[in-house]
Amino acid sequence: MAGMIVLVTGVTRYLGSSLAGRLAAHPQVERVIGVDAALPEPGARARMAGADFARADIRNPLIARIIEAAGVDTVVHASASATPASSAARTMIKEMNVLGTMQLLAACQRSSSVQHLVVRSSAAVYGGSSRDPAIFTENTPPRAVPSRGPARDAVDIEGYVRGFGRRRPDVRIAVPRFAEIVGPTVQTPLTRYFSLSPTVPVIAGRNARLQLVHERDAVDCLMHLTLGEFEGVVNVAGSGALTLIQAIHRAGRIPLPLPSMALGTMGRLLRTVRVGGFSPEQVHLLTPGRVLDTTRLRKQAGFDPAYSTVAAFDDFVARLRPAVSPQNIRSLERRVAGLAGIRPAVPDDGPNPGPGSRPHLVGIDGAAGTPNRPRRRPR
Amino acid sequence: MTTRLPTSASEPGPEPAAPAETGWRRSVAGALAFARRRLTGDYSVDDFGYDEDMTTSVFLPPLRLLFSKYFRVEIVGMDNVPVDTGALLVANHSGTIAVDALMMAVAIHDHHPSHRAMRSLGANLVFDTPVLGPLARQGGVTLACNPDAERLLSSGELVAVFPEGFKGVGKPYSQRYKLQRFGRGGFVSAAVRTGVPIIPVSIVGAEEIYPMLGDLRPAARALGLPYFPITPTFPWLGPLGAIPLPSKWLIEFGEPITTAELGEQGADDPMVVFNLTDRVRETIQQTLYRLLLRRGHTFLG
Repeated sequence: MAGMIVLVTGVTRYLGSSLAGRLAAHPQVERVIGVDAALPEPGARARMAGADFARADIRNPLIARIIEAAGVDTVVHASASATPASSAARTMIKEMNVLGTMQLLAACQRSSSVQHLVVRSSAAVYGGSSRDPAIFTENTPPRAVPSRGPARDAVDIEGYVRGFGRRRPDVRIAVPRFAEIVGPTVQTPLTRYFSLSPTVPVIAGRNARLQLVHERDAVDCLMHLTLGEFEGVVNVAGSGALTLIQAIHRAGRIPLPLPSMALGTMGRLLRTVRVGGFSPEQVHLLTPGRVLDTTRLRKQAGFDPAYSTVAAFDDFVARLRPAVSPQNIRSLERRVAGLAGIRPAVPDDGPNPGPGSRPHLVGIDGAAGTPNRPRRRPR
Repeated sequence: MTTRLPTSASEPGPEPAAPAETGWRRSVAGALAFARRRLTGDYSVDDFGYDEDMTTSVFLPPLRLLFSKYFRVEIVGMDNVPVDTGALLVANHSGTIAVDALMMAVAIHDHHPSHRAMRSLGANLVFDTPVLGPLARQGGVTLACNPDAERLLSSGELVAVFPEGFKGVGKPYSQRYKLQRFGRGGFVSAAVRTGVPIIPVSIVGAEEIYPMLGDLRPAARALGLPYFPITPTFPWLGPLGAIPLPSKWLIEFGEPITTAELGEQGADDPMVVFNLTDRVRETIQQTLYRLLLRRGHTFLG
């Protein structure tokens, strides 16, 4: 199938822009059209490389004309269920997510050229309650369907995609359910949450299991699903798990347990003063913890993520400046042991620098050469 | 007072084999190393949240004291527990607070030749409770549901289940050692589907640690608990009521009941499941009576 013409949504974001660039360089692909409602920043534009950009709001019927005019055969909806880069108003995000998807699907349904559809979904569709099994397969029925927030949007979007599948059974549909995406470049509420320094608020008495997927794996996986044959829903996550508290420690930060009500107030406060701003919803979604079964991804879709959850997190953390570095803790251990006159069982700093201490200056796909530093307020 | 040992120039690995200290110095060095691992997040948890470092360094040591010095637990039939393959341990449940599950975990970890980890199945109430929920996950407990049980069993873990659930732990003292209803047999179908043996486990001694004389229903309802116990010491003595009575314990691991020959379809045959459930229940009940006779005095043994 030489000469695919691919439409990628959400190219102002990392995932969409990287995917558009990678697809454009692929020999099977003739043309890539990246669309978004806003103009991509220089970084995103650089990642898009050979892909074309069309400024179009997917909530506008104009999108149908682009698909028609260019003869698009593959649509990758990478902005669906995307976590907002900024703490924009909730209604705005919902509109982009749900109504945008509806318009896009309507456009695809009318088009005779569209043969492949990849819609990004999120592991949030599983919700998460104490009555759910510890590990979700694609067939696990969620006990507590999310009733609001971005998780609800993801559920709705998947519903519309299923409806589209019924009306257009000839189109191959792949729906990857991504665990939280982290990495040196992506900006999500989760990465902002871990960028809070020196303390990161957590809900007292709770400690969720986290599962993550590295940004490169996320792009590779979308590539694989776009160009491959796989059809259906699939979980995408790095193997293994971390607990929230463990992750905060690995990031060189101090967990600050707060009652869940205080957490909401604090999140709002931080957003108001624009320090970091995480949504309390995000933290609450983390409460039950979720781990995905990725057997289908490996066996049926034929994709094996390169980064485990821990490796993905460590790669993300390397761009942060730790508030408490592992060296600090080691030297403290030595000092305490010295006071007690004991030879500590502390490892050397040399061979095994812990997370967050090694220099990491690798750009993604030749894009911005330096990793993003956590944004600081200009004085 | 320092006995500094010369540090070798080339350390073999990132973690020296063992701190070259003995006695309390070794414990302090170990505790410091543990604290460092916690503070740097340098440990691993599995997909279920089981934290081996936490379990062996923090949870087990105090429980071990309780196990050997306080309850003087005697173990029978440990050789019935497989060395390195999956098995479902089905045990009776009693004692107002699930101390029996903890003692069973100590028995399996300390007294099994391969020092295996016991993975228990717990009610969702456990995971709803703040503090307790995360602790339970760290200690290897996961939700009592077939997907989790089957996943653990097929990866070769020892899974413990207490099919009586709250009906067992929260039963009045007058009903001690009378097994309650064994649920819907979900645990049996999990074992049959994964083809692992069922090992009936009978625990004597847990019934007497907090003899439950009454159940304060309104308080239980108000707190959202399955029962609110009234024991000879609780709530009268306040926190002192949390001290268990020093009963003498016996834990017997029975003959394994093989399920491999029943095949996958056996798991969906209600007759097979009910019969096997009854057989396991009957075995545990008979063993309990036998162990009670063998124990003699409740506290002196």
